[in-house]
Amino acid sequence: MNGELARGGRGQVTLVRRSAESSASNPAGEQVKRLLTGYLPLVLAVVVMIAPLLWMLISSVKTRPEIFTVPLQWLPERPYGGNYAEVVDRYPFGRFFLNSVVVTAVGAGIKVLLAMFTAYALVFIRFPAKKLVFIVIIVALMVPPQVVVVPNYTLIADLGWQNTYLGIIVPGLGTAFGTFLLRQQFLTLPHAIIDAATLDGAGHWRRLWRVIAPISAPTIATVALVTIVSEWNEYLWPLIIVDRPEMMTLPVALTLMQNADGTNNWGVLMAGTAMVVLPVLIIFTLLQRHIVAGLTQGATTG
Amino acid sequence: MALPETESPVSPRTDPPVDDPMAHSSSQDHRRGRMPLSRRRSRRREALIFLAFTIPNLTLIALFTYRPLLSNVYYSTLQWNMGSPTARFVGFGNYVRWFSDPHSWNYLRITAIFTIATVGGTILIGLLIATVLNQKLRGRNVARAVVFAPYVLSGVAIGLVWMFMFDPQFGVIAPVIRAFGMTPPNWYNSPGWALVMVIIVYIWKHLGYAAVVYLAGLQIVPRDLLEAAALDGAGKWRTFRSITLPLLSPMTFFLLVTVTLSSMQSFDMIHAMTRGGPVDGTTTLMYQIYREGFVTGRAGYSATVATILFLLLLGFTLLQMRFLERKVHYS
Repeated sequence: MNGELARGGRGQVTLVRRSAESSASNPAGEQVKRLLTGYLPLVLAVVVMIAPLLWMLISSVKTRPEIFTVPLQWLPERPYGGNYAEVVDRYPFGRFFLNSVVVTAVGAGIKVLLAMFTAYALVFIRFPAKKLVFIVIIVALMVPPQVVVVPNYTLIADLGWQNTYLGIIVPGLGTAFGTFLLRQQFLTLPHAIIDAATLDGAGHWRRLWRVIAPISAPTIATVALVTIVSEWNEYLWPLIIVDRPEMMTLPVALTLMQNADGTNNWGVLMAGTAMVVLPVLIIFTLLQRHIVAGLTQGATTG
Repeated sequence: MALPETESPVSPRTDPPVDDPMAHSSSQDHRRGRMPLSRRRSRRREALIFLAFTIPNLTLIALFTYRPLLSNVYYSTLQWNMGSPTARFVGFGNYVRWFSDPHSWNYLRITAIFTIATVGGTILIGLLIATVLNQKLRGRNVARAVVFAPYVLSGVAIGLVWMFMFDPQFGVIAPVIRAFGMTPPNWYNSPGWALVMVIIVYIWKHLGYAAVVYLAGLQIVPRDLLEAAALDGAGKWRTFRSITLPLLSPMTFFLLVTVTLSSMQSFDMIHAMTRGGPVDGTTTLMYQIYREGFVTGRAGYSATVATILFLLLLGFTLLQMRFLERKVHYS
């Protein structure tokens, strides 16, 4: 037991490690324990997390009879592309995709810009009531967007913005979270850099773009990624504000596919689901370090 | 852009030389105990720039976060159907109706069960996975990414995938349960089991988040402290309980607050999987807001439930901050 704990030690505790290791009477037993408390749960966790997604992919290339059969048929005879074809044929899937891309790109883009401007002003520009402005933003973090859907819906409906990009995007644009994260980052920047820029006579606009933004690029990228992921997955608001298929985003379209069949046609649904999930999974795989850091940021900065 | 900046924002009171002709002719202002005109002017300019930078965001927050919060309270005093031009003022009528309706208490019970089970499950399993991944194991970075992945995926998509797996006839879960010699429960038609099903999926999607937060915390636990404990003959469990766990309390606190908040508002998964059914078995307060507002169209009543849920969330957050933060160990 001691050996297990001490083994993590670095160079400076070699003494501890040696004594601990020699006290482990049975190295083979240690090996077994490492397998049982380390690799076994690790593999179990990975399997539990991957299995549903794998099942989605496998089912998406099964024919109808292969899915609706008892007992269960684990694998298809051969990969069947018909479900994907049906998704694209029966629904304006390209249009759904375009809608999601537009909403995500425009929404996330504007949100990040707004967060940058607000955070910059909060840290670097003199203003008498700055603290109050900050409080207004922090308190907004406590208001869940989900509980204000009715009044926001009536406002957008009064503006006649149902079934428009404006209606989907605008209500979510105000950003308290991004502002908060960027402000935390800006506060850590070394004064010397900003002072130098000030003496150069650079105005705030130029300071933001030439000095602050470049050195904060990693944090801005993180905020952008987090915003993109949440915009892409956003569901309740676009569900409420859109009822015409040609304006639906992907998650909303998924429930449209679900409605269309009284009994769910799982093969087609899994194909649609895979097409929604895979782009995000690919981006996540490429950038997981930044995304994980961003999504869990509050834990270490707050 | 060549405006004179009176000061560097981060180090106030170290004004660089101001090359403004007015600066020299403002001795009168000094005598009157007022700041030089030039500085007043550039301060005003700074204030204007501040407003230009912040007003768009503040306007949006005011319009779509604060305004609707107040509107909710106003709507909650109305008997008013969505889209209808007429509304009747009923005062506290909607609240009286909500509190005297046995359904509401059922929804409240379901919300409580869902929240407690998902928060508890997410945090416990997250901690477990974090301690596993904190060991020096081959492939633990890949495992970390895999465990986290569902958290970034659409709740609707996740809900649909699991709904298919739970399908009593053609799903993959029933045969697995049968393989262990048990009878699979009726996930689709039993209100209780449907709730269990939704809880399982919620935990599955969010546990990676908890695990990563705890992993970050575990990195900070000082090795020598653990080694000292080991040398003192403290067992692994004992060390974990009296050293690691207290050191992780800031993470636990953070997770309690954030997971409770997101769990109480969870919507997309429930909507994709059960639509609040069967027989209201998975209708949480959040789902009731949606259903009253956008299915039955009773907007005033929906706003009432929304106000109640908001107060509940606010109350919980403040409670957790008040009572838990004191027990949190910050290094």
